[in-house]
Amino acid sequence: MMKEGCNQKMWWDTLCSRWCLITSHKLYSSVYDPNEKTFEKLLIANRGEIACRVIKTCKKMGIKTVAIHSDVDANAVHVKMADEAVCVGPAPTSKSYLNMDAIMEVIRKTRAQAVHPGYGFLSENKEFARRLASEGVTFIGPDTHAIQAMGDKIESKLLAKNAKVNTIPGFDGVVKDADEAVRIAREIGYPVMIKASAGGGGKGMRIAWDDEETREGFRFSSQEAASSFGDDRLLIEKFIDNPRHIEIQVLADKHGNALWLNERECSIQRRNQKVVEEAPSTFLDPETRKAMGEQAVALVKAVKYSSAGTVEFLVDSSKNFYFLEMNTRLQVEHPVTECITGLDLVQEMIRVAKGYPLRHKQADIPINGWAVECRVYAEDPYKSFGLPSIGKLSQYQEPLHVPNVRVDSGIQQGSDISIYYDPMISKLITYGSNRAEALKRMEEALDNYVIRGVAHNISLLREVIIHPRFVQGDISTKFLPEVYPDGFKGHKLTDLERRQLLATAASLYVAQQLRSQRFLGTPRIPIAKSKRSSWELSVHLGDGIYPVAVSKHGSSFFVEVDGMKLNVTSEWNLASPLLSVTIDGTQRTIQRISRNASGETSIQFLGTVYKLQILTKVAAELSKYMPEKAAEDTSSILRSPMPGTVVAVSVKPGDMVSEGQEICVIEAMKMQNSMIAAKTGKVKAVHCKAGDTVGEEDLLVELE
Amino acid sequence: MICCTDGCACTLENCLGGDDIRSLDCGYTAARALAVCAAYSPHIPAHSLLKGSRFASSVRKRAVKRAQCLFIGGGTESGKLTARERILLLLDPDSFDEYDMFVEHRCTDFGMDSSKNKDFTVFGGSLSGAHAQKICKIMDQAAMVGAPVIGLNDSGGARIQEGVESLAGYADIFLRNVLCSGVVPQISLIMGPCAGGAVYSPALTDFTFMVKDTSYLFITGPDVVKSVTNEDVTQEQLGGAKTHTAVSGVAHRAFENDIDALLNLREFFNYLPLSNRDPAPVCECHDPSDRPVPELDTIVPSESAKAYDMLDIIHSIVDEREFFEIMPSYARNIVVGFARMNGRSVGIVGNQPKVASGCLDINSSVKGARFVRFCDAFNIPLITFVDVPGFLPGTAQEYGGIIRHGAKLLFAFAEATVPKITVITRKAYGGAYDVMSSKHLRGDVNYAWPTAEVAVMGAKGAVQIIFRGKEANAEEEYVDKFANPFPAAVRGFVDDIIQPSTTRTRICHDLDVLASKSQSSPWKKHANIPL
Repeated sequence: MMKEGCNQKMWWDTLCSRWCLITSHKLYSSVYDPNEKTFEKLLIANRGEIACRVIKTCKKMGIKTVAIHSDVDANAVHVKMADEAVCVGPAPTSKSYLNMDAIMEVIRKTRAQAVHPGYGFLSENKEFARRLASEGVTFIGPDTHAIQAMGDKIESKLLAKNAKVNTIPGFDGVVKDADEAVRIAREIGYPVMIKASAGGGGKGMRIAWDDEETREGFRFSSQEAASSFGDDRLLIEKFIDNPRHIEIQVLADKHGNALWLNERECSIQRRNQKVVEEAPSTFLDPETRKAMGEQAVALVKAVKYSSAGTVEFLVDSSKNFYFLEMNTRLQVEHPVTECITGLDLVQEMIRVAKGYPLRHKQADIPINGWAVECRVYAEDPYKSFGLPSIGKLSQYQEPLHVPNVRVDSGIQQGSDISIYYDPMISKLITYGSNRAEALKRMEEALDNYVIRGVAHNISLLREVIIHPRFVQGDISTKFLPEVYPDGFKGHKLTDLERRQLLATAASLYVAQQLRSQRFLGTPRIPIAKSKRSSWELSVHLGDGIYPVAVSKHGSSFFVEVDGMKLNVTSEWNLASPLLSVTIDGTQRTIQRISRNASGETSIQFLGTVYKLQILTKVAAELSKYMPEKAAEDTSSILRSPMPGTVVAVSVKPGDMVSEGQEICVIEAMKMQNSMIAAKTGKVKAVHCKAGDTVGEEDLLVELE
Repeated sequence: MICCTDGCACTLENCLGGDDIRSLDCGYTAARALAVCAAYSPHIPAHSLLKGSRFASSVRKRAVKRAQCLFIGGGTESGKLTARERILLLLDPDSFDEYDMFVEHRCTDFGMDSSKNKDFTVFGGSLSGAHAQKICKIMDQAAMVGAPVIGLNDSGGARIQEGVESLAGYADIFLRNVLCSGVVPQISLIMGPCAGGAVYSPALTDFTFMVKDTSYLFITGPDVVKSVTNEDVTQEQLGGAKTHTAVSGVAHRAFENDIDALLNLREFFNYLPLSNRDPAPVCECHDPSDRPVPELDTIVPSESAKAYDMLDIIHSIVDEREFFEIMPSYARNIVVGFARMNGRSVGIVGNQPKVASGCLDINSSVKGARFVRFCDAFNIPLITFVDVPGFLPGTAQEYGGIIRHGAKLLFAFAEATVPKITVITRKAYGGAYDVMSSKHLRGDVNYAWPTAEVAVMGAKGAVQIIFRGKEANAEEEYVDKFANPFPAAVRGFVDDIIQPSTTRTRICHDLDVLASKSQSSPWKKHANIPL
């Protein structure tokens, strides 16, 4: 036990030193003033990486920590890191992390003086903040008034307007006729978006670029408003073409001081969830930044906000910015701001909550270098940019050996990614003196990140950060669908890269073969007649079969592929999850994900996992004569594309369904997915019912 | 010379008699034959024959022509390789020296491995007296020098035309199989239909592997079955790879096709010693022997009733996560297979809590027992992971003879004298605790994880028996007293309670210490295992 404690401490010190490394360029706030009195004990009403993140700062400040957890999280990292941990209920969040009664009970029992809510869960729940206040426990965040005001979309817009913050110009009400619609549209300025006020989201939304389109849009929308919703009101709003999502981090105390801590660019999103964030933004000039920052601070002061918060803006191509909403909590992507400003936002939040005034002036807030954050998710990026995946992390190694890398995670090797919680594995943050450096590090960090046992989106992240449009800073919230209109398919190998992959795979195969013949201490095993030094192989990759000749010279291999000779050098450590190879002077970090006796090998190369089959020339020649195994006819069966819960089944055996018809709905990690029939036919059997929990590839419905 | 494995052995090919060769026209293209010839051995220079440069004399010409004919084997029905192609894939290139190729009706090859091969493409692979003689000759030799025997089986059974001579041939082979048993490893790879007498040789060998869709094993085919029992059954249902790997337990594993099977056999072979006189092989290992396995500290769920996958534990502990599982689809409540620890071959036995709570029943006891005996016979250390709630109760099991079948596993563990290391991960209840390589059965090192519960039975059942359900707090008290590793540890029945993450380090170290273990049992003609 003693030994374990030591290990944990060492691990902790390493973590701290990593952190300091990143923030050391401006250390003014990460030095803790030990004379400043603070809370003695703090409860973290959250789980995963953010709970760990908060605990780290608490440890630095000498605050004792209490973790809460659901029963499936009993062995989670945040539970181990905290000084105390209490179970608050079973796995579903409504019964554990959202269970206010249980959490209040824990607070009473442990005598925690303050609660940090993290993000999500109860972080923006005014009722929770109110209950804490009534028991004299400090909520680390703004007061209930600010939470309420900013939580209401309409109220927050009104408040923003009154505080002279740019809001999206628009009109919401009854529009008399088409002429009035045109008048309103001209006032706002084209393009405009027209829709029924009552319609949620983008439903029935029409974009008009001129008067004619406005008239048409008015006709459709007013009809729809009357018929579908029985509500004549229309919403005509400035349409922001190709918007960017840029947000300003703010920090305010209870003494009327407020700061803006520069912006974060969060435009790379899928399904309105951010994937890659950075600070600062390539797009903002100092004037725009200042204007946005000052408006954000104006809003903060208007609602008497205290603690850290984020004001989100949409920014159009002409750098016009419009208020979207304000998040009254610590954001997921806060580390990029910490990297460029040197502030520990959690520490500042705790200080502010304790009632201390801010120690910084606006002029003290720097932009030092560049930071990029990638959200590493347990999800399959090849299915609509990311469908959740679950499983046990059989191997997990963070790329902390790469310099200037910060990894915020709440999991470790052996952890389960379950259907109950967000599938985020970690936030991978890299820092550099400029953007190119930060991105280069990110590439390296992604290549050195070992995640086995669950699907992950490393391939997508790596493609995004090397994409020419991203590198130039030409991004918008539509980046992913625009760049990958047919869905993400992984890295596309150039001829040279393909040769490098083939050469590496073939060399690995030979290295493995050679090793399997080296027996130790078995005298009866005879030495090979002639020491073999060349191999003729055939490598199957994608649709192609490539002849590859390998010859061994000392520790390196000369590989001939596609008429080109490559020199492949490595230590050939066949047990290490990461393998550094040098191919004709180019260093690459690859990961051999799997191999088997039949020569099937999967290799993660440039972020994407490639499946190869490596056979000797003779075996490849003979494999032509092997019988073709009939593939399962997938059109008549419907399998679950991911683990989740069946929300609804809309067919029963004997029903006729047409191609594209919805058969059932699966919900997984906050997402409902409609499963449709792949062909027209009669339903033969239904293997699930509403409420069932299904695993990936589970059979749901069979057609005849 | 090095072949796929470690064996210096003899290879026998019995596929071809001079008159049996079919010509090139039976779907076997000239190109395929030449490619195989060229790759097969430097002794058969296919291209030089065509050019006629080196082989000037007419004798040589005839010789080479004959050799090429031999390679054609009987032609190929779709999806199968000829015997020589199979051997070509099984062995390392250039490692196969073939002698006596030109002897009529007798074709004996000395290679690294010992392999007897019946080729279905010649006379349906049926066994003639001549075949049997050849097979026996090579098996005798293999036993004498201590070389493993691999049989690539593809035979319709006895050659009816030869009558009793063929039957005698079978018996001769069976005798050799039995005499070689425990002396050299014997492996059968079923690569086509094997019916009648042909099935008993594989059954006597240590391991039987099959090729999916193209191989069958049965005493009598579907036609006879129909006439005798009036059952309608296909070859595949009666004796296909799926039947034998999942239902009957006759075969130990199945592979996709000939090539897949042969390549896997190459890999499998590396786990085995050459004979019972040789130590288990030790390979070069890149996986550090002191690698901590942190995930094991949390792998056993806190709820005693919740399942986990024993394979996760095995994969994370062994070298490079490589585990060659034996009988993965049969009696899945016990996991057996080969792996390496710090390069050293080990046999692994583990209860599988994921399937039937990991209980011991008839099938899993027999599966485990046979595996344990193989490892013991061939000096392969045994590592046992225990999470067993007991033997499966019920009439089906009792009528089926769980008592004598369960006794087989008990017998096998007790009798084994190889290094035996046991790790109790969770439950070790009742008689099953004794059976699973316990300290009492000469276990060398027995560890318990902190989650271990070594007791006569689970708390609920125990309390019901002791108190007839009258004591309210008794269950808690029982858990406190018995459902933990301490009662066993204070008596020395477990040697240590270890942090799960250190399990790999401990086992690797123990294997080093135990490498020189020498233990013997009282002299006997042979033991009488409860068959």
